[in-house]
Amino acid sequence: MRSTTIPIRPADRPAPSSAFEYIATKKDELVGWARKFSLFPYPFVTACCAMEFMAVSATPYDTDRFGAALPRFSPRQSDLLMVVGTVTHKQAPILLKVYEQMCEPKWVMAFGVCATSGGFYQNYAALAGIDKIIPVDIYVPGCPPRPEMVIDGIMRLQEKIAASHHPILTKDF
Amino acid sequence: MAAVLDLLQQRLTGHVREASLVHGTLALIVAPGELLVVVQRLKTEFQFDIFLDVTAVDWLGQEPRFEVVYHFYSTRHFVRVRLKTRVAEADPTLDSLVSLYGSARYMERECHDMYGIVFRDNPDLRPILLYEGFVGHPLRKDYPKEQEQPLVPYRND
Repeated sequence: MRSTTIPIRPADRPAPSSAFEYIATKKDELVGWARKFSLFPYPFVTACCAMEFMAVSATPYDTDRFGAALPRFSPRQSDLLMVVGTVTHKQAPILLKVYEQMCEPKWVMAFGVCATSGGFYQNYAALAGIDKIIPVDIYVPGCPPRPEMVIDGIMRLQEKIAASHHPILTKDF
Repeated sequence: MAAVLDLLQQRLTGHVREASLVHGTLALIVAPGELLVVVQRLKTEFQFDIFLDVTAVDWLGQEPRFEVVYHFYSTRHFVRVRLKTRVAEADPTLDSLVSLYGSARYMERECHDMYGIVFRDNPDLRPILLYEGFVGHPLRKDYPKEQEQPLVPYRND
């Protein structure tokens, strides 16, 4: 290495002795990069936000850029649960069953204000936010949210996936 | 005002406590015991062949507390008629209209869900919009606005 070369490797890390070893230090980034562009959404669509979900799914917004264009209608084949619309107490056991049927790794998006917090429904019927029964990774507020907000939500979820540790990677992998 | 409504008012005077015309709809107030007789005559004599709706109004603090409201439509005369009757909180029981209109089966179930009106001779008053195990009647004015009865236990974290 000549002295004029700018080091791209952080100074505090030991120099990898080979390209393979270098990749081995970046396993989380590698898996995260692969996973963030391979989101298979399961649309759990219950209310009027569905119209906005259709707008997002339509051609002008092109969610295929994020690898999230193809909805799977079986929870077993999907890894992003998009809860679109109001969830009632009567519906809640179904949502929980769908969530439990999804294989790891899985992420949940609360689409719209009703799924986020119950919105203006504060009564006997509505569940005040799906995070009362299942963990939520990304909240997209709005009644309904604009497609741009949903895309922003997808991008932030991608950042979260890319930055997180993936339990599939063990010491021996 | 349609001729049939005039005729209806004349012929039913014995059964009806009060009649008024509200926004073009004839509204009749009847006693709970007279309900089945009046509806029977509406259907057979005046061709009110569609049972549109049954719902209730909760006049909390008044006695009798519940006002049960029925709507009927005639496809022969193109007019609507509204029936109102009052039942007390202690015994909110009315005759079912299932024997006259099959659709009453489901609309009475909903009214039973929301207001707790009991329809005698309706064979199936299980919850239709609510779920099994729901305690109380949520559209009564004394049901607490934010009282939830969740089916799934909430997460702790």
